[in-house]
Amino acid sequence: MKWDTVIGLEVHVQLATKTKIFSGASTAFGAEPNTQACAIDLAMPGTLPVLNKQAVHYAVMFGLAIDAEIGKESAFERKNYFYPDLPKGYQTTQLEKPIVGRGNVEIQLADGSTKNIRIHHAHLEEDAGKSLHEGDFRHGVSGIDLNRAGTPLIEIVSEPDISSAEEAIAFAKKLHSIVTSIGICDGEMSQGSMRFDVNVSVKPSGSDTLGTRTETKNLNSFKFMEECIVKEVERQIDLIEDGGTVIQETRLYNGDTKVARSMRSKEEANDYRYFPCPDLLPVIVTDETIEELRRNLPELPDARQARFVEEYGLSDYDASVLGNDAGMASYFEIAAKTSGSAKLAANWTMGELAARLNNEDISIANSPVSADQLGGLVTRIVDNSISGKMAKEVFEGIWAGEGSADEIIEVRGLKQVSDSGALEQMVTDVLAANQEMVDDYINTDEAKRKKKLGGFMGQIMKASKGQANPQQVNQILAKKLNELL
Amino acid sequence: MSIERHEIEKLAMLSRIAISDSTIVEVSQRLGSVLDLVDQLQGVNTEGVQAMSHPMQAIQRLREDEVSELNQREALQKIAPDTEEGLFLVPKVIE
Amino acid sequence: MHNRTIAELINGLQSKEFSSVELTQHFLDRIGDLNPNYNAIITVTAEQALKAAAAADERLAAGNAPAMCGIPILHKDIFCTNGVRTSCGSKMLDNFIPPYNATVVENFEQAGAVVLGKTNMDEFAMGSSNETSFYGSVQNPWDTNCVPGGSSGGSAAAVAARLAPGATATDTGGSIRQPAALCGITGLKPTYGRVSRWGMIAFASSLDQGGPMARTAEDCAIMLSCMASFDDKDSTCIDREVPDYCAALGQDVSGLRIGVPSEYFSKGLNEGTEQAVRTALAKLEEQGAELVEISLPNTGLSVPAYYVIAPAEASANLSRFDGVKYGYRCEDPKDLQDLYSRSRAEGFGEEVQRRILIGTYCLSAGYYEAYYGKAQQVRQLIQRDFEKAFETVDVIMGPTCPSPAFKFGSKGDDPVAMYLEDIYTIATNLAGLPGMSVPCGMVDNKPVGLQIIGNYFDEARILNVAHQYQQITEWHDQAPEGVAS
Repeated sequence: MKWDTVIGLEVHVQLATKTKIFSGASTAFGAEPNTQACAIDLAMPGTLPVLNKQAVHYAVMFGLAIDAEIGKESAFERKNYFYPDLPKGYQTTQLEKPIVGRGNVEIQLADGSTKNIRIHHAHLEEDAGKSLHEGDFRHGVSGIDLNRAGTPLIEIVSEPDISSAEEAIAFAKKLHSIVTSIGICDGEMSQGSMRFDVNVSVKPSGSDTLGTRTETKNLNSFKFMEECIVKEVERQIDLIEDGGTVIQETRLYNGDTKVARSMRSKEEANDYRYFPCPDLLPVIVTDETIEELRRNLPELPDARQARFVEEYGLSDYDASVLGNDAGMASYFEIAAKTSGSAKLAANWTMGELAARLNNEDISIANSPVSADQLGGLVTRIVDNSISGKMAKEVFEGIWAGEGSADEIIEVRGLKQVSDSGALEQMVTDVLAANQEMVDDYINTDEAKRKKKLGGFMGQIMKASKGQANPQQVNQILAKKLNELL
Repeated sequence: MSIERHEIEKLAMLSRIAISDSTIVEVSQRLGSVLDLVDQLQGVNTEGVQAMSHPMQAIQRLREDEVSELNQREALQKIAPDTEEGLFLVPKVIE
Repeated sequence: MHNRTIAELINGLQSKEFSSVELTQHFLDRIGDLNPNYNAIITVTAEQALKAAAAADERLAAGNAPAMCGIPILHKDIFCTNGVRTSCGSKMLDNFIPPYNATVVENFEQAGAVVLGKTNMDEFAMGSSNETSFYGSVQNPWDTNCVPGGSSGGSAAAVAARLAPGATATDTGGSIRQPAALCGITGLKPTYGRVSRWGMIAFASSLDQGGPMARTAEDCAIMLSCMASFDDKDSTCIDREVPDYCAALGQDVSGLRIGVPSEYFSKGLNEGTEQAVRTALAKLEEQGAELVEISLPNTGLSVPAYYVIAPAEASANLSRFDGVKYGYRCEDPKDLQDLYSRSRAEGFGEEVQRRILIGTYCLSAGYYEAYYGKAQQVRQLIQRDFEKAFETVDVIMGPTCPSPAFKFGSKGDDPVAMYLEDIYTIATNLAGLPGMSVPCGMVDNKPVGLQIIGNYFDEARILNVAHQYQQITEWHDQAPEGVAS
């Protein structure tokens, strides 16, 4: 039997505000536990929330980016449940009147086709803190760090329009690209800046009736999400084909052990008792605010991709790789402008740099080689100061913090010899010292002579300690040998 | 109106308030008496009436995104039941 | 000195008849002598008070001190006081010392008022008799076998016993007006949003409002001028200038249209109470006011609507008391759920638990629409009643409560008997309107309160009306036996 997969995603995106959604405490990542949890975040008695304007604006910007209806009047509800990382005993979130209504996200698939994924809505809410189960504290206890509690989130809820793990990943990456491009999220997956809940169900191919779905919560990497979907689809199909039924449940996927398990017992007990939060009033977004945010909305990935082709003459592929990632895109543009060579800047950004960052798991925002520095390096390749091989050495130097390309070229004496007088002398000397090779060259059949050039090149490069400009040497060598014929 | 035992147990669970077996009947009776009172609402015709969450027709003020709260961990944890290494401690959380 | 009103004490301080230190010491001595009879005050802050009094004396000597400078007051133990235990009348917060001040506390501190201590109250402000306090009940100074009313019974009894010339209080369903009536003093619940709720421990956020208690309307005006402020830490606080309430006290009442709702003189109203209130109305009519019979047809629904809305909000507001961050934690919890369930069962008293359970019930799946949704609609109907009434009248008057102070335990085991005590006060909280209670007679040697309800932000008008009434009557000057000497 053939099966169709139906997937819907709920994506939690941490907004890149300086402070919490309802308090003036910092949201900076990596602080000592509970040093960024103020009285409001700790739900101390008598404390009250006041909404962060930037969080509202960021949410509206997301709505504009996906061409969604903006909730001009939105409202907050309380979602009640007890958990140690939830200090108030309720999460302040939006249910009835979200700030972002229906919208659309277009994804590109590997075969070059595109597909529209509908967004049901996106709402503002607060993040919870963290429970730490292992640490320097006593055995049998958990430690609660509330630094993250109150960090603003938008939760983006898709329609179940996704029909494979590949599409799910493409959708997730597209969202990542959008939120980082418009600057509302830092996109740092490893810090939990984007987290995914995946709803999966299967149904007989072509059937109109949806199957029972399961929800796997809190996936924080594209890779884990892909693995989890593949496994869950397989599990559901196996289960049904073996005569079983899928039960609606919440599941947890452990990316390290690659094992998913049910949290059903917890789910059954829940009754969140949503009701309007009496401490917060209706949130009004005026037409003026919407228009101002629309005017200042940074370039979206699709537009940027088109522009890269148009403005820099990049291939569609290069433009999509660079254009989809806000960090890569702005990095590339700086390097391209500094160096004047978009093509080389693109190659280096996507090649050497991306590979190195990827290997060392560093984000482009934290790259040890700045875009200006890479541009400086490319400049020296373009003007023939250094060869491609030397450039790799210089790149290593910049990465290691030794300074700019020019400084490293200077200090290491890597400058390519392009002075034609000096090169001519070098060629003359090598030819004089290798008369046998010269004779051999002259006596060789014309068609095969070209192959003999390599030998001379090797000698010359050796004599120049690798600093001779190979293209120039090639020209001079050919000229001089021809004169001898 | 009386509330059944399993309902009381569910309420106790949702609100995280332990109710002992010996008081459950009494709790049920008294809750039932309050529910009889509030059941008077059922007969009211409220067709087309908007739900009212706030007494005032005001709108939410927005705060500038500026850090105003610096580290107050020491003062805030001084009154905590159990802390270590800057963390609030609780019996192990099982997900 | 304790027989003087705040207005008279201000004169005494400013004319240097006595110092704030002398005044403060006098009240501290009285508290030491008499509080054991009433249990009105649960924390006395003698040392801080004398220090504040000395500072106030310096400010007074320097001239230009604010009106309240050097005046001793008491705070209801629901307002957070930096460094001083704030228990909210609960075992849950018996050990809670907040590191911050409520805005109300801050406002009085800025004005140089001297805080003598914190007053007893029904636990988390849930009660109409002060019998639910963890610290034991408060005795009514007029008859120590009777309740002082609640939840601000400690503040009311303290002012009636002249342990302080004024006290702060809060009113969610009548908690200022009812105890003011039962203790023969003057109390004002302002318009919702007039006084900041920051640092005031929440019972039902959309209903709670802080206000003053004193012996006269003039004193309430002085206190409210200090207490009310716009506070950007409370999203529901209204940004509106605070008028000088004292400046408006000179208007006579001729031409004033007083609405008299027939529903406030219904079955269940004590005969003596009715007579006292009718006499008061006649007195005002003599002064040129016009009595207009009106109807507030949904009055009877206010109690049921309130007992859905208030417990629903409370059930969420009180979830933060979970034994994790502050407050009571049970001994030796065997696991996390045990920690929650036992800390809350042991830390909360019976009435608080009951209201949490009711609120949870009304919000839970399957009941939300029938209870919470319906109550919110009825709330709208109740507000409309008032809107309509205020089209034809300037103020509304009637009894504050159905009968004078009742004996301890006399409401029996049925919680509903107690809830009906607030039948005339609850509707104004649901609508968000300001209301006052002023002494207007005696029944069986126990005081009766006249309720004055104003339109939104019409505090100045109702204070003036109350003041005019007090110019021609002496009920507010009466003191319980032994108190005036």
